[in-house]
Amino acid sequence: MNSKSYSLFLKDFKSELRTRYAINALAMFIIVAISVILFSVGNEKISPSLTGGLFWVVIFFTAMSGLSRAFVSEEERGTSLTLQLIAAPSTVYAGKLIFNIILVFVMNTIIAILYSAIFEAFIIKNFWLFLASFVLGNIGLAVSSTIIAAIISKAGAKGTLYPVLSFPILLPLILTSVQLTLFALDGISFERAKFELAIVVSYDVIMLTASFMLFDFIWKE
Amino acid sequence: MTNYSIEAVELNKSFGRRLIFNDLQFKFDKSGIYGISGPNGSGKSTLVKIIAGIIGASKGKIIHKLDNKEIAEENLHNHIGFVSPYLVLYEEFSTYENMKLFAEIRGTKFNGDRVDYLLEKFLLYKRKDDLLKTYSSGMKQRVKFIFALMHSPELLILDEPTSNLDDEGKNSVYELIKEEGQKNIVLIASNEKNDLENCSDIVYLEKYKN
Repeated sequence: MNSKSYSLFLKDFKSELRTRYAINALAMFIIVAISVILFSVGNEKISPSLTGGLFWVVIFFTAMSGLSRAFVSEEERGTSLTLQLIAAPSTVYAGKLIFNIILVFVMNTIIAILYSAIFEAFIIKNFWLFLASFVLGNIGLAVSSTIIAAIISKAGAKGTLYPVLSFPILLPLILTSVQLTLFALDGISFERAKFELAIVVSYDVIMLTASFMLFDFIWKE
Repeated sequence: MTNYSIEAVELNKSFGRRLIFNDLQFKFDKSGIYGISGPNGSGKSTLVKIIAGIIGASKGKIIHKLDNKEIAEENLHNHIGFVSPYLVLYEEFSTYENMKLFAEIRGTKFNGDRVDYLLEKFLLYKRKDDLLKTYSSGMKQRVKFIFALMHSPELLILDEPTSNLDDEGKNSVYELIKEEGQKNIVLIASNEKNDLENCSDIVYLEKYKN
């Protein structure tokens, strides 16, 4: 990742501030999803393990509602060609990835804060383990979502295809991240979570490498 | 005079079973104005996209050389200027903002003097800080020329360059083509007689349909 990718990220950031393609959709989804969970739970006391699972359900669907915009908005506005004429494919992917990583971190931090404030059972006993799973999970989510967004941006039924294609690819990451969140809620030590952490790190490295290798073929029609 | 050359080697492009062109060969190794002609649907835009490295050929290849050294595909965008009706710039930014962003993403220093010169040339200087979405289609077409020329490319690809332009705009374009053709390679894809009249060599795509 170099200054060109950073410039592309800045272009997307400025564009987002002016058009608000993703921010509005994501903010609305977070509010609606958490409200629905809150109303359906009512006065019931839910277990910490259930809140951990629901936490990642909200994260997954929020990602599905906003992260595809990185490439879909370029394709829909017809500006993909412009990008192809000013940057190498690796610059484009890296720039879009920086944007999505920041978006994922902001959005999931808000979800985590709202969760902690609303659900009494969502008490993190091992904060550092939660932070590690949160950071690694977010990176994996952003990396996979960005490359899938690039694939579906050229397709017809983008809205439907995105979650359909994302689900099997993100499943190993989501399952392991849910497990790590449960460990953090139960206060389990880093030592006992080593195996799950290794899975998430491996997932991130594999997806990042594969994405950079495949992006050239996806980007060039 | 540029030492840039482009060569098409046994180029073939098909979309599924539909053949667009086959065994297409040409070489342009001197600065000048060259043309690509053919009726609607003959593959002019497809060919210029292949030359610009935007899409791939089914068979064969395009070789770009600068000072007799082949240019790597990932660096091609720094040597090419491209104008077409289907090129869309960022409408939420002004012309000046667009050009600044493009220079930064390209990794080149923003040449304000060059952009100002081009803005004056294409009669857009007074509107340089207005958002592109407030421009007419003709003005947007003129902005594309500034986009194509701001980094002083060795190869200028113009696909239907005068579409959406009024007479004044067309004259500016013809003047620019002659000016650029003296030092760089200008490649025009069009079926307009006026667009192609200054071309020293024209590739007729109808000849490559078998």
